[in-house]
Amino acid sequence: MSDMRQMDRREFVKLLGGGIVVVVNLGPLTLFNSRDPLDFQRGYPEDINAYLHIAEDGKVTLFSGKIEMGQGVMTSLTQMAAEDLGVSLETIHIVMGDTDRCPWDMGTFGSLTTRMFGPAVRAAAARARLVLTDLASERLGVARDALKVEDGVVFVEADRSRRVSYGELARGQEITHTVDEEAVLRAVEEFKVMGDSPERLDGYDKMTGAAKFAGDIRLPGMLYARILRPPAHGARLTRVDTSAAEAMPGITVVNQGGLVATLASDPEKAEKALNLIEADYELPTPSVDTESIFDHLVAAAPAPNTTEREGDLEAGRAQCAQEFEATYYNAYVAHAPIEPHTAVAELKDGKMTVWSSTQGPFSQQRTIAREIGYDAGDVRVITPYVGGGFGGKVSGRQAVEAARLAVITGAPVQVAWTRAEEFFYDSFRPAAVLKVASGIDGDGKIKLWDYQVYGAGSRGSGVFYDIPNRSVRVYGEWGRAPEGLHPFAVGPWRAPAANSNRFAAEQQIDIMAAAVGIDPLEFRLLNTTDERMLAVLRKAAEVYGWEAATAPRRGGRGRGLACGIDAETYVALVADVTVDPATGHVQVDRVVCVQDMGLVVNPDGARMQMEGCIAMGLGYAFGEEIRFEGGKILDSNFGTYKLARFSWMPKIETAFVSNDALPPKGGGEPAIINVGAVVANAIFDATGARVYRLPMTADRVLAAIRST
Amino acid sequence: MSETIRFILNGSPVTLDTEADRTLLWVLRTDLELTGAKYGCGAGLCGSCTVVVDGAAVRSCLTSLGGVEGKDVTTIEGLAQSGELHPLQEAFRKLGGFQCGYCTPGMIMNAYALLLKGPSPGRDAIVQGMESNLCRCSAYTRIVEAIETAAAELGGSHE
Repeated sequence: MSDMRQMDRREFVKLLGGGIVVVVNLGPLTLFNSRDPLDFQRGYPEDINAYLHIAEDGKVTLFSGKIEMGQGVMTSLTQMAAEDLGVSLETIHIVMGDTDRCPWDMGTFGSLTTRMFGPAVRAAAARARLVLTDLASERLGVARDALKVEDGVVFVEADRSRRVSYGELARGQEITHTVDEEAVLRAVEEFKVMGDSPERLDGYDKMTGAAKFAGDIRLPGMLYARILRPPAHGARLTRVDTSAAEAMPGITVVNQGGLVATLASDPEKAEKALNLIEADYELPTPSVDTESIFDHLVAAAPAPNTTEREGDLEAGRAQCAQEFEATYYNAYVAHAPIEPHTAVAELKDGKMTVWSSTQGPFSQQRTIAREIGYDAGDVRVITPYVGGGFGGKVSGRQAVEAARLAVITGAPVQVAWTRAEEFFYDSFRPAAVLKVASGIDGDGKIKLWDYQVYGAGSRGSGVFYDIPNRSVRVYGEWGRAPEGLHPFAVGPWRAPAANSNRFAAEQQIDIMAAAVGIDPLEFRLLNTTDERMLAVLRKAAEVYGWEAATAPRRGGRGRGLACGIDAETYVALVADVTVDPATGHVQVDRVVCVQDMGLVVNPDGARMQMEGCIAMGLGYAFGEEIRFEGGKILDSNFGTYKLARFSWMPKIETAFVSNDALPPKGGGEPAIINVGAVVANAIFDATGARVYRLPMTADRVLAAIRST
Repeated sequence: MSETIRFILNGSPVTLDTEADRTLLWVLRTDLELTGAKYGCGAGLCGSCTVVVDGAAVRSCLTSLGGVEGKDVTTIEGLAQSGELHPLQEAFRKLGGFQCGYCTPGMIMNAYALLLKGPSPGRDAIVQGMESNLCRCSAYTRIVEAIETAAAELGGSHE
């Protein structure tokens, strides 16, 4: 594998023709190993992680294995390269997620792009600038120190008329430079303020319909495929009759190795043919459903992994004046990107090219190669714009299906999942049960924290409160769920596990604050000494205009507070809600979100991610829940599966705790982790009722109010 | 059965010989290769396929080709004039009323029809008028701001 990549690298450099190439080689990468445990983390191979090419005409191309799915990294990565290279944003063209042209990348997830990949880009750009300045120094006969760079032109500071452009310097050159891990780490340390919010580079094309997503790829002779799907996970096909479909003119029918599909020059025609196929299935007896899943998770979960253990729980109990026990529940939740999984595959001269909506073009390349029996080098995955991912497009069988059908039919094939297929084959955020026992002494100091999470995983379960006696036990990680624990696939969903863990932990904190009669903000400040957490809490209180009061205040309106750490970013939220006591309907009126995310590369981009997190979080807080009977998924479209909408939106205010000394931390996920908890705490303040189960539907809120 | 269907598409006449019961969305996306309108749900529930027919927003995934016979159809591709963005497009772009961009054509076309109906809607009317369009990246608040901004700029002189 490594040899193949290195060969590709030489070929690639040759292919670029002349100019200057700077490659980043991060080696075994301590930088990437300092991460939270991502289950699929493999560490980078000992090879290149980014290229920067300055062509003989001065054009700069940045090659990145990362992809653009709405998070704005096309712009922020280009911005970083431009800054360090000393050129304008428009000079740089970025190629993303093309396995033939871009260096290997593990995938776009985990809020990693800016904080991990960004420094690599910056180091490459800085090196390129150095190489160019040295060339200019030779050309102009002036020491490097006497030179300056502006907009891709090197000039003598004392005499601006003595100048030479990057293009002129690159002409006739064939220079390859390698930047190593040390230089990248230095770049992390020296990461300086950029702070601009340029207009997004993908903006214009996304306004006019010109932006191409995988489903927008058109190839001559392309067929649209529709695939026969089972009625439930675990169903076995016992009989299939495709004769009626085959009799339809203009239809190609495939029935091979479990793949039954109809293909036509128009997707509707393919759909009509698919509907003519008769199929019988043997269905397993459903063992669990939407309601019984929680008992099942506790009963079937693997042995716990103790991720935190401090002090002694029994001794802690002895120190407590009050103890609290509560159990929290979370549902399976879909990723539901508006663009369903889509791929177009074309086989030409023995090479398979697949345009795919994916968060992991390189892992997909390997999967496709394995499934169709090709060498990975004979499979190319190209990633057009991706219409939302949220973790759901880390996996994607649609690309394999398209490739298989292209091999079988010999024609270019598009596989675009319907919304029902998207709901059926999604890798859901796992349902979870969270059992928390905690206690406080007479002064409101937390002395005991016994935390158990089933099904979700560890992310977001770390304790940042000063609790001398604590234990965190994790019964199963989402990425390593044993067979049979979940009735269908589960996977990473925007800040995996953290939404469940914070929902439980931050409510438990509030329960204790209310019981001891301390203001929820004051209670948190009293129980943590983590400076970054104190800072975001204080800033959130300041932006919100927090005045001390003990919850619940009742009266139908309330405010909540919740905080947490995700992707090394600290985040605090305050929310105001209005609860209708007759219906249980909750309207969120206002949300304040404060983050310490280290150096903020693109403030407006970061704010957009925070706003998106809060708005999307309201979906899982109030509406989103996959209902099922065994392997049968009962929600197949947006009529019953409730995403957040325009009318749900509160006024959102975002702010940062400035921390420029710290390299950039994650921005795509942190703000979503507390949305469930902050709303639940606000509902409690408004009504005195605790809602322990997500989503907090009107019925569940009403039931909680009535049982209070 | 094939028929001849004629309509105006983004200001130009179009003639198609095809089945009238085909869905407008797929005729646009396949025969006419206008891929701006997107499939999102196929059931009129998400709005990413929204186009404007005779001044009203319709879900092209639920509209038959025969249904637009003789009508005036505008898609996202027809909104910018000679490369110059419509004020709605400009505002969506400037104010960040998009993230992944997949729902954006439908959002803009729905907003376009909303402003045709009443050029100066208040915030509540915008929210109500946009309620059935879904954005999973959840850029909702900025989309509302973008529509308000464009409405103010158009100052009642829409189109």
